[in-house]
Amino acid sequence: MVIERKWKKWLLFYLPLALFILFTLFPFYWMAVTAVRPDAELYRTWRQTNAAPLWTLAPTLEHVRSLLETTAFAVWLWNTMLIAIVSTAISLVCGMFAGYALARLRFPGSEFLGTAIFITYLVPQTLLFIPLADIVRSMHLGNTPWALMLTYPTFLIPFCTWLLMGYFKTIPKELEECARIDGATRFGAMVRIIFPAAIPGILSAGIFAFTLSWNEFIYALVFMASAEQKTVPVGVVSELIRADVFFWGQLMAGALLGSVPVALVYAFFVEHYVSGLTGSVKG
Amino acid sequence: MGGGRTAEGLHLRAERARANRLRRLLDSEKALAAALLAPGLAILVLLIAYPFVMALWYSLTSIRVGDAGTFVGLANFSKAIDDSIFQTAFRNTLFYTFWATLFKLLLGMYLALLLNRHFRFKRIVRASMLLPFIVPTVLSAFAWRWMFDPTFSVMNWALYHAGMITDRLPFLSSGDWAMWCAVAVNTWRGTPFFAITLLAGLQTISPDLHEAAALDGANAWHRFWHVTWPLLLPVTLVVVVFSVIQTFSDFQLIYVLTGGGPANSTHLIATYAYQIGVNSGLLGEGAALSLFMFPVLFAVVWLQLRFLRRTEVT
Repeated sequence: MVIERKWKKWLLFYLPLALFILFTLFPFYWMAVTAVRPDAELYRTWRQTNAAPLWTLAPTLEHVRSLLETTAFAVWLWNTMLIAIVSTAISLVCGMFAGYALARLRFPGSEFLGTAIFITYLVPQTLLFIPLADIVRSMHLGNTPWALMLTYPTFLIPFCTWLLMGYFKTIPKELEECARIDGATRFGAMVRIIFPAAIPGILSAGIFAFTLSWNEFIYALVFMASAEQKTVPVGVVSELIRADVFFWGQLMAGALLGSVPVALVYAFFVEHYVSGLTGSVKG
Repeated sequence: MGGGRTAEGLHLRAERARANRLRRLLDSEKALAAALLAPGLAILVLLIAYPFVMALWYSLTSIRVGDAGTFVGLANFSKAIDDSIFQTAFRNTLFYTFWATLFKLLLGMYLALLLNRHFRFKRIVRASMLLPFIVPTVLSAFAWRWMFDPTFSVMNWALYHAGMITDRLPFLSSGDWAMWCAVAVNTWRGTPFFAITLLAGLQTISPDLHEAAALDGANAWHRFWHVTWPLLLPVTLVVVVFSVIQTFSDFQLIYVLTGGGPANSTHLIATYAYQIGVNSGLLGEGAALSLFMFPVLFAVVWLQLRFLRRTEVT
């Protein structure tokens, strides 16, 4: 009986879980192997036998070196980081203010505004990129980091507002009322009492917003023209493929290095990220 | 002397009055709400509402890069409806959204049920499962493109050497295959989102309910179908709505994986709108193509709002 149960657990639990892990992680493994495989080993056709198909016998950092030396990859990393941090900061401040107003203050039209912000949350970037490119150009922001620092908040503010609104509602009103009795203004109570109490929520919103900015593609593709202004995703797509030739070693090195910063941020704040993620879909 | 004192006193009183006014203003709910909402709303109105109106206007004109164009009525829309590439793109978008969402829901639910059990290294497994969702889609799509490469595909290699195929599979070189590949990659990327949000929902279900059902003689499937599923339905619907919107408006995955090819057979609405609006510079036609997404998105959002209101009432 015990043996049968154990056998059953392997078949119905460990095996499917292992398949999920394989399916989820193999592309990353393949990315890493390709990034360190020498070209001579890389371009072997699918029929040829291969002494070490799933790993490499002569790992090399050649692709990483050429990526950093012959392309502006380091600049793209810096751009992406800067844009993600600034747009996250802008969105957090706006989201904290708006979230507090919608959660705690009574004013005419608050319900309508809440719904309106929720709807903007669901507007995809691909619906607006053509007119937005013209707006960015007429504001003389085209090809500058500000083009993205100001447009990324359009999809981050609704999310931050929505998440933080829910969070603020869970903080007991009494906390704020105590501070007000002690003579604090409403604004003062918000900044000194509510915001510190909401730090876990703010961190969740921030981490999630950061990963969304790092991921964004179409605005960066349309608004940034010169190589030294690009973000990592756009730089990899447009600068690493020369004359329709794919340099796969370099491409995979770029994909790997471009994923590391965001993966690190995620690894340090997994729990916050997860609560941001699950909070992002709560009504 | 006395005069100086009164002047000083007046000054002080004025100062105090100003402070009081400021204090009242900071305390007034309406004024404070307006001030707090202003920065966020300014960005949303200027960079979402205004471009949306502009998109509507563009779609009714023949505007192109460097030429303001003239009002053409619904010509851009009727041109799109007659365009066979757009018809394919529209069908592809529905196909892609339907199958990818279905697979993500089924696999995500299965993964959530697996992750809801206790096992060693659970935290690290759960954390690594989210990686496809964290890593920029463009970068991971390149890894998939490399794995689907016509000449160097690791999958063709593995299947051939396992004796399962004699000729290579045309992953991205045939339109039909390429659409299924895109569905597979989207499923790979989106399943963690479903799994983790559904897992959060699962964790709120009391184990007592399962025990009670088990005592009544319900097997695992019955317990899932009659206990877990109904309780998970609200969060499932919300996740599906989000996923449908994301998938329906997707751009980056197809842009990297196939670029709409071979022979324009794998375009989505968004990638085709980009090709027309940006690559060809036909802003009016591109804006009209993008707007074809709107009715479907609107319907989904409407359902979502209706649903939200209903859960608030009950």
